[in-house]
Amino acid sequence: MHSLFTLPLLHIWVYLQARPLLGLTATLCVWELSTAIDRRAGHKALSNPTVLAIVILAALLLLTHTSYQSYFNGAKYIQFLLGPATVALAVPMYANRHVIGRNFVAILVSLTAGSIVAASSAMLIAHWLGAPRAVVISLGPKSVTTPIAMGISQSLGGIPSLTAVFVMITAMFGILCYPFVFYLGRIADWRARGLASGVAMHGLGTARMLSLNQMAGAFGGLAIGLNGIVSSILLPLLVALFGL
Amino acid sequence: MIRALTILLLCQLVGTIIQQATGLPIPGPVFGLVLLLAGLLAMGGPGQELHATAQGLLKYLGLLFVPAGVGVVSELHVLRANALALIVAIPVSTLLGLAVTGVIMQRFMARKGLPDA
Repeated sequence: MHSLFTLPLLHIWVYLQARPLLGLTATLCVWELSTAIDRRAGHKALSNPTVLAIVILAALLLLTHTSYQSYFNGAKYIQFLLGPATVALAVPMYANRHVIGRNFVAILVSLTAGSIVAASSAMLIAHWLGAPRAVVISLGPKSVTTPIAMGISQSLGGIPSLTAVFVMITAMFGILCYPFVFYLGRIADWRARGLASGVAMHGLGTARMLSLNQMAGAFGGLAIGLNGIVSSILLPLLVALFGL
Repeated sequence: MIRALTILLLCQLVGTIIQQATGLPIPGPVFGLVLLLAGLLAMGGPGQELHATAQGLLKYLGLLFVPAGVGVVSELHVLRANALALIVAIPVSTLLGLAVTGVIMQRFMARKGLPDA
């Protein structure tokens, strides 16, 4: 390990670990690899490229004893784009404004009910089972799309990176279970399926709906944006109501 | 592309200023989303450039979640310490949210009839 031959390599490694280039390039390389695996696997729930990329990168960090801070030093440039991407959700919302307008009351009622039930049950169950406040608060926005969820978590005193992890776990679990829920709940309408997927499992669920049915995809995209707005307003009220 | 990116960032910036000025617990980009939506409604839609840039950005939404998700490595101890609470809370709340939204929307849509698309 410490022979003369490996010393220069070690030196380069230490140098690169402290620079943003490594984390940024590693993220993009692993993303390319993950999308290739997903294509090969035929876009299965379990081969979701976001999930794959997170698992591979997390394993790499643990194996190479690289701290998350030094990885994030490069990956933050990708993370930064989540802000403008959130703003960009206005474009598909605008494109679907007529369908939205016609079904606005139905959408708002279903979405608000689902959003309140999901957030309340997550926070109350965790609270009753003894999780500390920061964890309970971080769970609240877990059905919301990551950039908005992290923002809500931060402003309420949660841990944004923990919320991001909960958001991913929620969507991964939802993607495995939604066929059973739709079957048992007799949810056959694609507008209802898309909206429910967007509310409960945000972008990952919506991407899946989009591959099955265009209308479901449009309602999923709408649900992501609306759930972000509704949750931003409701979560501070729920936290105060439950005295968390 | 640069002009479209400028529009998106400007909306985010104004949104963040509003958030800081009002102190409301709503993230700046959400205000930015509402601002852009209002702008699109007032202007009669996005130009070709903004449309293409927004679509391009949203196409890679999955990639943008990766850095935050990798943060799991620094939260492993929190996940371990709260394993029971999380193993119950996350699945139950996800199934409830999915079912409640879906069933209510299904009721509304069944009353309205087939989608007019």
